[in-house]
Amino acid sequence: MDTKISAKPVHLSLTGVSCAACVSKIEKALNAVPGVDRAEVNFADRSALVEGEPDTEQLITAVSQAGYGAAVIVDEEQADKEKQEAEYRHYIDLLKKMAAALALGIPLMLYGLSGGPMHVDTLNARIAWFVIGLLTAGIMTFSGAHFYTGAVKSFKAHSANMDTLIALGTGTAWLFSMAVVLAPSLVPESSRHLYFEASAMIIGLINLGLALEVRARGKTSEAIKRLIGLQARTARVIRNNEEMDIAISDVLLDDIIRVRPGEKIPVDGRVIEGSTLIDESMLTGEPMPVEKKSGDEVVAGTLNKSGSILFQAEKVGKDTVLAHIINMVRKAQNSKPSIGRLADKISAIFVPSVMIIAVITALIWYNIGPAPQLAYMLVTATTVLIIACPCALGLATPISVMVGVGKAAEYGILIRNGEALQQSSQLTCMILDKTGTITAGQPTVSTVQAIGDFTSDTLLQYAASLESGSEHPLAEAIVNAARDKNLQLLKVSNFKAIAGHGVSAVVDNKTLLFGNQKLMQDNNVAIADHVKMANDLAKEAQTPMFFAIDGKFAGIIAVSDPIKEDSIAAIQRLKKIGIRIVMITGDNKETARAVAKKVGIDEFFAEVLPEQKSEHVANLQRQGETVGMTGDGINDAPALALANVGFAIGTGTDVAIESADITLMRGSLHGIVDAIDISKATVRNIKQNLFGAFAYNGLGIPVAAGILFPFTGMLLNPVIAGAAMAFSSVTVVSNANRLRFFKSSLKISE
Amino acid sequence: MVILINLLGLLLIAFIVWWFWIPRKTSSIEVDKDLIEITVDNGVYTPAHLQLEAGKPVTLRFLRKDSSPCAALVVFDELELSEELPIGKTKDIVLTLDKPGKIHFACQMKMYRGDIAVV
Repeated sequence: MDTKISAKPVHLSLTGVSCAACVSKIEKALNAVPGVDRAEVNFADRSALVEGEPDTEQLITAVSQAGYGAAVIVDEEQADKEKQEAEYRHYIDLLKKMAAALALGIPLMLYGLSGGPMHVDTLNARIAWFVIGLLTAGIMTFSGAHFYTGAVKSFKAHSANMDTLIALGTGTAWLFSMAVVLAPSLVPESSRHLYFEASAMIIGLINLGLALEVRARGKTSEAIKRLIGLQARTARVIRNNEEMDIAISDVLLDDIIRVRPGEKIPVDGRVIEGSTLIDESMLTGEPMPVEKKSGDEVVAGTLNKSGSILFQAEKVGKDTVLAHIINMVRKAQNSKPSIGRLADKISAIFVPSVMIIAVITALIWYNIGPAPQLAYMLVTATTVLIIACPCALGLATPISVMVGVGKAAEYGILIRNGEALQQSSQLTCMILDKTGTITAGQPTVSTVQAIGDFTSDTLLQYAASLESGSEHPLAEAIVNAARDKNLQLLKVSNFKAIAGHGVSAVVDNKTLLFGNQKLMQDNNVAIADHVKMANDLAKEAQTPMFFAIDGKFAGIIAVSDPIKEDSIAAIQRLKKIGIRIVMITGDNKETARAVAKKVGIDEFFAEVLPEQKSEHVANLQRQGETVGMTGDGINDAPALALANVGFAIGTGTDVAIESADITLMRGSLHGIVDAIDISKATVRNIKQNLFGAFAYNGLGIPVAAGILFPFTGMLLNPVIAGAAMAFSSVTVVSNANRLRFFKSSLKISE
Repeated sequence: MVILINLLGLLLIAFIVWWFWIPRKTSSIEVDKDLIEITVDNGVYTPAHLQLEAGKPVTLRFLRKDSSPCAALVVFDELELSEELPIGKTKDIVLTLDKPGKIHFACQMKMYRGDIAVV
């Protein structure tokens, strides 16, 4: 039996498949497509697996002609692997071309350097050089055909690029040399030099440069590869009471999935059974594993550390948080900040400008240069064409953005585009929302102070019973506190909510009053001796509530929103890099002052309504500040949008990713400092690249044109120019790659 | 001879300016289908100049034959959109351009260039 090796099967997702009868119809349509060996439709997950070597376009057309929809399911990891393989093939190809060109160029050059005669005095010498000329042409075609075809094609399209310059430079050198060989009489005797070795060497060196660039560029996309690599390949799904391992692309919504310790979460969903610790650091940068139990969300790509869980798929395929992150990072990596605009404008007119400079150079040498004019004209014009490098200029910005954005993603910082990156490097002022940004955003009971006959536990028990029906965040905090202490909730009767003041009810045959100072005064509860305690609590950013039992003051329960443990350190870091920090909050002045003092912030705005937040942003901008605004991304959307850079801070992976310029996956303020640091490092890197590229061209072109000749008698060898040009773009890419080694100042200090 | 050479040089400069920089009426390809295939090869997009009707969705199917890393991305500056193009495979970009005007697309380094006239 002969075996047939078939290509990788094509995986299609199908739409409109409503009945089992559709299956055979689609299978028939697919099997009719040329090149299909076998097509199998999976009705359960609406997909088709096609084996053979068909044209995917034809497959899709066939399905749509049968009355259904189809799309190719792209395996990101597979696509990435193919891309890498293609890059590697290209790299090897370039190396081969380089080797061939240098194999001819180096001996020729050594021959010339060692004083071998490079002239065409005798017929024999002419014949020998003619053969070498043909050989050079052959090598130029083998190793540099892409430069010449590219030059011709773009010339026809009225555009010019690096190919044009290389083709013109090496082509001119070859044509001139061939003219010297074939018709020496046309060329003045002193100018009868041959430049075959230059053409071969330049082609060889530029291929080497391109090869190195391909390699270096591969590294720039490491971050995205890492993210793609987070995706699990298979999922253990329970269908019809049977556990089976299926491909990740076959997981459907609402599927029940089992994840054992050490395995990755395959898709997004909600835990329905079991509990475990999950390492989310790959997405959020948060090193501590997060506890997950029934009802909690789990996110694709994170790692299950301890227990076995069952969860229900809620988001699959391109809808998972991980897929969104990959998509966003990819988009941002390809977007350009305004700092790169100038280089873009220059790139667009660069090549024709260089051609004009080459012509002018030749004319100057012809008119005022020494003899042999023709040889000097040729050498200088060729060197100008060869040394000029539009690539370094064009690459300077995008390649650094690529690495910088990727690096940020490693820290759980998602930067929306190049402009956000540039703006954050220039921030002078940062507005921090208090609730949920500096603080945890989840009030907890911070003080239970019983006065008189009742214990603090009884007080908490009564309060929790009273508040158990309420959805107010403060009520929730009290109920949670009671639950944590295993206090039983009691039966409540005669419940009355007194708007803006508190509540009253009968519990345990006692009349309870729970609320603010006003509520106590209205009900003639004597609290005069305890107001100071309440005020002191308020100064510590706690919200005190008075408790009275049977008309007699019984104590104070205070609730506060705890400050995130690393907020103080992060704010210190922000101050250290010279950022003016302003806190903004809807809370009262006392609480605001207390929190600001605790975390070391001097400036704050309290009692700010949500819609007023953007006014404060505008005010600071009018003062000349470049303003960053950090908030949860939901309540402060207008302020985030108005700020020069809006930072949305999430807790864990539960964050609206595309709502802000920069999203901090980890709920820590350290992310802001890291984001600013990475942006600064990236912009600095871009500037180095741009400076390097401008300086290189700005100095290289005049030197190539022979500006040093009148003073030093020095002229640049075209081969050296070729080497310089080949390595200029490698230098830019390598410099950008340095950003991969960025370390957070937090990690360094640790 | 001296004059001739100088004149030739100046003519060459004039030609470069005229050929590369003088805007000319580009023969835009009017796209009346909802799909147009654009080949990326040898430093150019073919076709490079398209004309579309505003408000009508269109699929640009890019086929990258060029293995040079320069061709790896296509960037639509005005749309803040960029896509990676795999070698030897097609990549579909679906656009609906509502506003009449000109949209440019190019490689990362602005060497490969094309445009879409929206009418």
